[in-house]
Amino acid sequence: MTGNALGGGFSNPPEQSARAFRAVLEAVSRPGTIWAVEGAAPPAPLSVAAGTVLLTLADGTTPVHLAGGADCQPVRDWITFHIGAPLVDARQAMFALGRWPDLLPLERFHPGDPDYPDRAATLIILTEDLANAGAKLTGPGIAQAAHLSLPDITAFQRNAAQFPLGLDFIFTAGDRVAAMLRSTKVEDAPCM
Amino acid sequence: MYVAVKGGERAIDNAHAWLAEERRGDPSVAELGVAQIRAQLALAVNRVMAEGSLYDPDLAALAIKQARGDLIEAVFLIRAYRTTLPRLGASNPVDTGAMAVDRRVSATFKDLPGGQILGPTFDYTHRLLDFKLMAEGEVPAAETAPAQTGPVPHVTGFLNRDGLIEPAAASDATPPDLTREPMELPADRALRLQAITRGDEGFVLSMAYSTQRGYGRTHAFVGELRIGRVAVEMDIPELGFAIEIGEVEVTECETVNQFKGSKTEPPQFTRGYGLVFGQSERKAIAMSLVDRALRWKELGEDDTGAPAQDEEFVLMHCDNIQATGFLEHIKLPHYVDFQSELELVRRLRAEAMAGQEMAGQEAAE
Amino acid sequence: MTDQAYNFAYLDEQTKRMIRRAILKGLAVPGYQVPFASREMPMPYGWGTGGVQVTAACLTPEDVLKVIDQGADDTTNAVSIRKFFQRTAGVRVTERTAEASVIQTRHRIPEAPLREGQILVYQVPIPEPLRFLEPREAETRKMHELEEYGLMHVKLYEDIARHGEIATSYAYPVKVEGRYVMDPSPIPKFDNPKLGDCPAIQLFGAGREQRIYAVPPYTKVESLDFEDHPFVASKAPHDCDLCGAGESYLDEVIIDDAGGRMFVCSDTDFCSGRQAAGHRGRFSPEGM
Repeated sequence: MTGNALGGGFSNPPEQSARAFRAVLEAVSRPGTIWAVEGAAPPAPLSVAAGTVLLTLADGTTPVHLAGGADCQPVRDWITFHIGAPLVDARQAMFALGRWPDLLPLERFHPGDPDYPDRAATLIILTEDLANAGAKLTGPGIAQAAHLSLPDITAFQRNAAQFPLGLDFIFTAGDRVAAMLRSTKVEDAPCM
Repeated sequence: MYVAVKGGERAIDNAHAWLAEERRGDPSVAELGVAQIRAQLALAVNRVMAEGSLYDPDLAALAIKQARGDLIEAVFLIRAYRTTLPRLGASNPVDTGAMAVDRRVSATFKDLPGGQILGPTFDYTHRLLDFKLMAEGEVPAAETAPAQTGPVPHVTGFLNRDGLIEPAAASDATPPDLTREPMELPADRALRLQAITRGDEGFVLSMAYSTQRGYGRTHAFVGELRIGRVAVEMDIPELGFAIEIGEVEVTECETVNQFKGSKTEPPQFTRGYGLVFGQSERKAIAMSLVDRALRWKELGEDDTGAPAQDEEFVLMHCDNIQATGFLEHIKLPHYVDFQSELELVRRLRAEAMAGQEMAGQEAAE
Repeated sequence: MTDQAYNFAYLDEQTKRMIRRAILKGLAVPGYQVPFASREMPMPYGWGTGGVQVTAACLTPEDVLKVIDQGADDTTNAVSIRKFFQRTAGVRVTERTAEASVIQTRHRIPEAPLREGQILVYQVPIPEPLRFLEPREAETRKMHELEEYGLMHVKLYEDIARHGEIATSYAYPVKVEGRYVMDPSPIPKFDNPKLGDCPAIQLFGAGREQRIYAVPPYTKVESLDFEDHPFVASKAPHDCDLCGAGESYLDEVIIDDAGGRMFVCSDTDFCSGRQAAGHRGRFSPEGM
């Protein structure tokens, strides 16, 4: 284990995780809206936001899958020390972490069971940038329409078509988070 | 003029102060010590530990004192305290075969290795009030015998050797924890036993009794009932071996039940199992009967529709903390819902009466 | 001041994470009941342990908390729960709906429209809307999976056949986003229209039954009805006798032993706000 795996956790977990959760709660409740979080200083390639979301939601009871570049020794050590989550294959994951291309195909992840749709994986996606532009989102949590810079359209549409089964997504960039749910309908925004 | 009811906070504070005064009772009578409750009301302490799922006689005695002797309230205090405790690890399964027994009886054999030991039981006391206890007299010391040194093997082990009883293989599988995971049905036997051992003694007793009266009858004999202390051991990864971290007193009951056998299996006895913290004999026997009744499916028996065979019914209703909370919550204000019912009933009545009047007029015309 | 013997908002961090995960999945599948490992709280089951756990998992030190029972801030159980969070989380509290960021409620939705940035946490006794038609969890879970809600419609239609209308006046079932039938907790059906298209986040906690569910903001929530018998959000046909409001849900108060009664707003904050703004009712005190 590398020495810096010991750093970068919450200094005041009860309050920092409470604030981070509220931002994630708002993000998930209002797909497409962008919220700031803080508290974690995880090793690269994890962002502050990705680390904070993990510290807030994951623990020893939640299997985590690391995809692509996120599956590196510093990240493994950091998660093992701060979170204690078992690192697993895509199929067993409750949370998955990685860049969008590394997470594909989405069919690798568990979309929940027909009688327990809550048992679906949540994908935490590492991106460079989040902006309220691009794909048009509608559905629960959205008054009229929202726009979010999504890496894909059809994959999300296929996911939403399985509702009430399906994956849920938390996008992270720097200290920002945004979310998209299986209940969110996605379409290509007309060129502006 | 109407003034809305206010002052809920002051009312609550005053109620708590009054409660504390009532708890203390007549101040001219010496205050009851926690140590006295622990030592002299040990069976109440045991029940609170069993249903509170926490082995700590001092805290259980404190809870009984604080609850003014209301054992369900005391169990509630222990449960609420228990949830705040950090989980440091899990112990290894206790070995009841190595129990230092205070009491051990078998109904299925006249005598057996290790002997029948009556122990401190009410069984053959004549239930006559002992007025000497009112005089707080000293009790003469009981006869003592040298401690048993030989092994006290389980009765079911003898039957198992001859293949007369279904085998019960040891398992290292981690059992589910109903205090950390939501109850999921159907439940496996480990989860059922967990729920029943912390279930309300009265409920489990009545369920067991109902099977004896024919509602899911299982023809149970007490193969063995034993009470005593067992060592609790825990694996310490840094040491590479298990160390003893303490002792608990438990009551274990194994029933031997009739079984018809099937086309593929010769007739064989089956088992019911009960294990409860402390000297809790009634509960352990009842538990083993309910356990056996709930096993009807795996043993290929008929579902007779008996309550004790109904896993969801038993597991969802055996917890007295859940039951008493929900039962008593109906004394909380419900006037908003009641108001909506009042409004509905008034309107339905008005419509019905208008309808009758109309019909009456039509008939008269 | 918080009580130092306990963690912020009482629950330990692992428990809060478990509840938080359940809340997020509840939002992802609106109206679906997510099982969660409800903890034993220091108040009785049936007295708001589910709501208290959801509130504890949501609270931040910056929050302003309001707790109501029957619409009122000063009912004893609301007082008790508010005090619990003052003690364990040190949060500010308020009786003003508009000032609160988290509102825990039993049996009512406040009269004042909720806004973005607010969370409404409902205490739920029996989360399963089908429970009184089918007592078995294994069965009702299957019915939700297959969207088999015929039994519910039959029950509602039997009401119409017998009484001429649907005789359910509270805990009136709703369908969320056209998929799951949900119990809105025992709110009067008068409050049902406020469930849908609400800017605030609505979370439901059932402690004893170990279920959490959610209605995200701006979500379609329809009260079950029939074309020829549409849903009506009814209330007592009176105005508030203290503030004169004609559109608020009313409590009936018996004022003498000769059948005298008055009607007052169940939402005490709404009523006192109107009175402060000069509105008067039939029994308003003189010279106010």
